[in-house]
Amino acid sequence: MLAAVGVSSVQEIFERQIPEGVRLDRELDLPQGLSEQEVFAHLSELAARNVSAEDELSFLGAGMYDHYVPAIVDMLTERSEFLTPYTPYQPEISQGGLQVMFEYQTAICELTGLPVSNASTYEGPSAVAAAAYLAKLHNSRRKLVASAGLHPHALQTLRTLARGYGMEVVEVPLATGVAGGATDVGAWTAAIDAETSAAIFAQPNFYGAVEDAAVLSAAAKDAAGPVVIAQADPIALGVLAPPGDCGVDVCVGEGQPLGNRLDFGGPSFGFFAAREEYLRRMPGRIAGETVDVDGRRGFVLTLQTREQHIRREKATSNICTAQALNALAGVVYLAWLGRRGIVELGELLLARTHYARETLGALAGVEKLHEQPVVREFALRLTTPEGAAADVDAIRRRCLERGVNPGVDVHELTGRGQDRGVLLVAITEKRSRADIDRLAQALGAAVAGERDGAAAGSEPVAQTAVVA
Amino acid sequence: MSAIDENHLHADPGIEGHHPHHGAAVGAAAAGPLQRERATTIFQKGAPGRRAFVCPPLDVPEPDAESVLPARLRRSQPARLPEVSEPEIVRHYVSLSKRNFDLDSGFYPLGSCTMKHNPRLHERAAALPGHARLHPLQDAERAQGALELMFNLQGALAEIAGLPHVSLQPSAGSHGELAGMLLTRAYHEDRGGRSGIGQPHKVLTPDTAHGTNPATVTMAGLEVVKLATNPDGGIDLDDLRAKADSDVACLMLTNPNTLGLFDRNIQEIAAIVHGVGATLYYDGANLNAVMGLSRPGDMGFDIVHFNLHKSFTQPHGGGGPGAGPIAVSERIAPYLPRPVVTRSADGVFALDHGAGDGAAKSIGRLRGFHGNYGCFVRSYAYICSLGADGLKDASEVAVLNANYLLARLREKGVAEHLPLAYGELCMHEFVLSGGPMKRDLKIKTLDLAKRLLDFGFHPPTVYFPLLVDEALMIEPTETETKETLDAFAEAIAQILAEAAEDPQIALDAPYSTPVRRLDEEA
Repeated sequence: MLAAVGVSSVQEIFERQIPEGVRLDRELDLPQGLSEQEVFAHLSELAARNVSAEDELSFLGAGMYDHYVPAIVDMLTERSEFLTPYTPYQPEISQGGLQVMFEYQTAICELTGLPVSNASTYEGPSAVAAAAYLAKLHNSRRKLVASAGLHPHALQTLRTLARGYGMEVVEVPLATGVAGGATDVGAWTAAIDAETSAAIFAQPNFYGAVEDAAVLSAAAKDAAGPVVIAQADPIALGVLAPPGDCGVDVCVGEGQPLGNRLDFGGPSFGFFAAREEYLRRMPGRIAGETVDVDGRRGFVLTLQTREQHIRREKATSNICTAQALNALAGVVYLAWLGRRGIVELGELLLARTHYARETLGALAGVEKLHEQPVVREFALRLTTPEGAAADVDAIRRRCLERGVNPGVDVHELTGRGQDRGVLLVAITEKRSRADIDRLAQALGAAVAGERDGAAAGSEPVAQTAVVA
Repeated sequence: MSAIDENHLHADPGIEGHHPHHGAAVGAAAAGPLQRERATTIFQKGAPGRRAFVCPPLDVPEPDAESVLPARLRRSQPARLPEVSEPEIVRHYVSLSKRNFDLDSGFYPLGSCTMKHNPRLHERAAALPGHARLHPLQDAERAQGALELMFNLQGALAEIAGLPHVSLQPSAGSHGELAGMLLTRAYHEDRGGRSGIGQPHKVLTPDTAHGTNPATVTMAGLEVVKLATNPDGGIDLDDLRAKADSDVACLMLTNPNTLGLFDRNIQEIAAIVHGVGATLYYDGANLNAVMGLSRPGDMGFDIVHFNLHKSFTQPHGGGGPGAGPIAVSERIAPYLPRPVVTRSADGVFALDHGAGDGAAKSIGRLRGFHGNYGCFVRSYAYICSLGADGLKDASEVAVLNANYLLARLREKGVAEHLPLAYGELCMHEFVLSGGPMKRDLKIKTLDLAKRLLDFGFHPPTVYFPLLVDEALMIEPTETETKETLDAFAEAIAQILAEAAEDPQIALDAPYSTPVRRLDEEA
């Protein structure tokens, strides 16, 4: 091969092209290579030092959920033909991937009640920021009004990227008191003015509350006609009124609950659906239907003139590689659930979540954070005997010792003062009534133990054996 | 955009691949391995009531529907999802998969995409429940294995880049670019003590740049200024000197660039850019040419993004997932996105969300949670497998393979119709111009690409970079054999010979694919 190239060594190829001053004159300071079995052993050892959802009874959620992933998702996403191609730039040999995108888009349109969808964005929070960018391109206004019910990572991502877009984020608080837990409609309406590019809320919101999407959309439109954006949970959309039917213009969200692994936070996918008038400002790939020279039905990447490889600095987004394989898992999962299954699953989650919320809310020192409807996640306030916020961290630790991970310490994620003492609990179809009863036992004991411990001057409490 | 509302199917001529004028030519090509059948979506299959999912039984008291979720908040009709059984789902998607060409089936020399083999070990390791079923909000002390993996990957990427600080957060290359532009803005605003007017706001991008570069600049609220390319294929230094002023925030560069050429003036370029106070950004799409051989940090770059799905071999998944970590110099480090993984003196790993004073300067969060961890597992496995020597070997063989393929094409007389656009040797990829082929043989680069499909090869990247007429950008990668490269060179030569006889063969190609040329304007 060297002779064909006309050089005496591989080094010569580099020496003739890279100036000496920037050639590395030593070996990289990395360990030497390992055999396959050694690498697998190392990665297994690392995996063993993680406590996964298999190793404890977990009620963690807050954006990613331990739903059951059917075996056919693994089987299909592992197929070389889906796993190893690049983006379908050559449609004649990419009909499988393109049709998957087309079917995925159709499923997302059905869930959201909106007529157009792209083929995926990175994940939930960045999809919210991408939707805000679409609003900026659409109306050139400079303000983003966002409900405090958005996932805190979505709010933080929005702030980071809005700075780039030259936009300002105004946060609208949730209502308190009897109607508490959902976005404060009065504050929402007051915050939206002629400078508001988009008004953004989450459905259900981060604290589990189902928002009245129709009321929020109508209030926003009446105020100043911004683009109304909803960040929705796709599993909840199996039973909730579709955002498109409620006046929402753009619906985005985290796709992980649809047949994707937890994977310590990624990769998953973000979905992105909108009304037709926003089609030409959508980010990312869109598959469309066409015909070949013989009139045979086929699929292609369509409206590519929006995209970076054609439009460059005038593109509607810089996104290139997105999450095609994760979106495949999403559409296979939705086909597996099916038209009836997604409703049955939603009803089961409603019932079990209701049971869990009532059971836990009845424990001493535990109360519901709000009374709004919830689908598969809800927030609790843990209190001291004096009614102050309890130490969620200490209570969680007591539960962990019993092999129960009771949920997420909300204050740790949001940093909001009023979230001290708040625990967010997620219920998937994998958590049975018996599991919920076990959580109630663990949480009840932990809250009581913490109260007793505090009353006794923080004496150490007898440790319960770890039950994994 | 929806499969549901379709009420017709296009007339379909069936499975025959016969073409009246060129049957013989078609027969001479490799038989198409992909299924040709009428496209029917999953929504058109199944029957009412058919299903795969069996719902777990209701084991709690049935609540009052209205009190749990009032009717006005409920869906009135179920989402019109498919009604299909499990065997139907499996057959449907397996049959669709057979209408895809993939890297495991054949050569995929797509320039700038680094389609190297994806070791299956990585899939097995990533699927271990300790990785795959780990919740992102698991307490740090209960996720020490994952955090150690991320910490080690941060360290390895820092060493490969020659830059000390790494954030794994960006989700893909273009997301890393966006992080880089926001870091550049934050750096200048912090230094200048103010934002907006008067701040450096121009970003220089060569006319050979990937489209993501200029698109990113706009999304970060900065302004694109194009740089010309010199006759050697590098940046035109005179143009750079003329445009480098105090308004310039950054120069984005790919090195080797999209012509497959290492810019020999890189040290001078860095000096000019740094001389006006701007940052130098490295688009890591072509890092596969220089791993362990030359480091962006040593070239003077301040910010680098890696495409883990290119140099560090993630399966591309038909368009993702990927991951786009960034490495930065000391002066950019205060602005890095949070969280980053840290290790304490006693060896405990933690996610640093920047609660301390340093956090004020961070550009903030770019996405949910910590990044595409599943991709980190795979790329970390790759780095462990190859080690220091193996990474260097990989780049050396990638560059040798590209130069060998270039030489084989020359040997076969292809250069007459498809000359190398710039230079003599190349790095890990090279760009040919199809201009003479179009003029002399009356077929365009697109026709050549479509005819390659009949030979069982994925075509190179076409019509990029933009400054090359009828460009063909070829990146073989290090995981291809000499035999494969020879066969590809032979196929190109054969197509050109065939076109000299009858250009119509290429103009009407492909013949053996599940569909023939598609109307992409529809």
